Amino acid sequence: MRDIRYSDVVEAVAALCMKANTELPDDVRNKLTQAMAEEDSPSAKEVLRQLLENADLSMETKLPLCQDCGLAVYYVEVGDDCRVAGGNLRDAINEGTRKGYGDGYLRKSACDPLTRANTGDGTPAIIHFDLVPGDKLKIAYMAKGGGAENMSRVTMLAPAQGWEGIKKFVVNRVAEAGPNPCPPTVIGVGIGGTFEHAAKIAKRGLLRKLDDTHPDPRVAAMEKELEDALNALGIGPMGLGGKTTVLGVKITLEPCHLASLPLAVNVQCHSQRHEEVEL
Amino acid sequence: MAEYKLNTPLTDADIEQLKAGDVVFLSGTIYSARDAAHKKLFELLDAGKKLPFDLEGSSIYYVGPSPAPPGRPIGSAGPTTSYRMDTYAPRLHSLGMKASIGKGKRNDEVKAAMKEHKGVYFGATGGAGALLSNSIVESTVIAFDELGPEAIRAMKVKDFPLLVINDCHGGELYVKPRLDTAE
Repeated sequence: MRDIRYSDVVEAVAALCMKANTELPDDVRNKLTQAMAEEDSPSAKEVLRQLLENADLSMETKLPLCQDCGLAVYYVEVGDDCRVAGGNLRDAINEGTRKGYGDGYLRKSACDPLTRANTGDGTPAIIHFDLVPGDKLKIAYMAKGGGAENMSRVTMLAPAQGWEGIKKFVVNRVAEAGPNPCPPTVIGVGIGGTFEHAAKIAKRGLLRKLDDTHPDPRVAAMEKELEDALNALGIGPMGLGGKTTVLGVKITLEPCHLASLPLAVNVQCHSQRHEEVEL
Repeated sequence: MAEYKLNTPLTDADIEQLKAGDVVFLSGTIYSARDAAHKKLFELLDAGKKLPFDLEGSSIYYVGPSPAPPGRPIGSAGPTTSYRMDTYAPRLHSLGMKASIGKGKRNDEVKAAMKEHKGVYFGATGGAGALLSNSIVESTVIAFDELGPEAIRAMKVKDFPLLVINDCHGGELYVKPRLDTAE
């Protein structure tokens, strides 16, 4: 059994939060640059230009890319041959979040759902644990902003609705969301599992690189088909019209119940901030 | 599409010339308020009390900035999604608010109020909070400090870059999604 120090987890998590909120990943930057070249409309080009300038400025000044530094969401893979020494893993992640959001001057957006009182330190983080073989601890962090999250939905389709029903639901969702979630967005789609699992895998898909190709050719083809359908909506950057409504579609497909076809659409803004670390 | 440099407080004449799609560089003082602050403003209005700032000619920015790091007046400060304030905007327009600044769609009630009371809805680029903060030269919390990022701030802006999304003549800049071609 390998020991990982509690303090190492705290430091690593704090660094993840600060880096993700100030350094736009290269794959996102490349997509925005490519989109700017492909757009004809001056307003679409101008929005994309501002986003790239914003990314440069954020890198230089360490001001967060967006004032909404999100709820801190983690997908954690715990090797069954390692453990955290000197404390509890959940506590370490929350402490790292507190430190990262504090030291990085990130906005703390966690609040009571009814009184709306801010918890003051960006915690509790949303943490999804998974137990995997090995002795490593992998922590993936995502800054999930509220505006795009509000445009997300889970639905339980009838199996007969199939792929056509799925496509229709996703296209309608993105059309209805329009300019609200800060397009061009990244769309995480979870198909299968159960009610809650569909949402969890939809969001997990957002951790993938924008320029990757799904290893299953069937899913890769579905992603392409959906991406083309969504871009055909013409919503464009910030809803001002254009060819780029989405930067990517990431589908995760898992087996489900005979009676069900769970579907989750998790919308992510163009500021697709995520980072991961292995300890 | 025209380009204007405007100063706060805004007047009816300022608003009437604007058309959806125009670019406006706004200077002067704007007030930050989002969900929680609007709720508190309405509690004051309902109780017949004085608001922390003068609504006449005012511009309200839907923003909850990130904390100011040392040496800067404010942290990142881009717009939040405006529809959550749709329930509040018509009454504020009727009491003198001239402009709201945010991102995303407004409902029919807000659009009607802008027509009736000569108001405008500006869009700022969402997710460009670091860049937009460069146009904010001063920021002071003037009410509801306990709300943290949601407190009301008087923000002094210089050439704050805005797009007219909804004008007071019924014009709108946002495109309608082409659902027919997508399906």
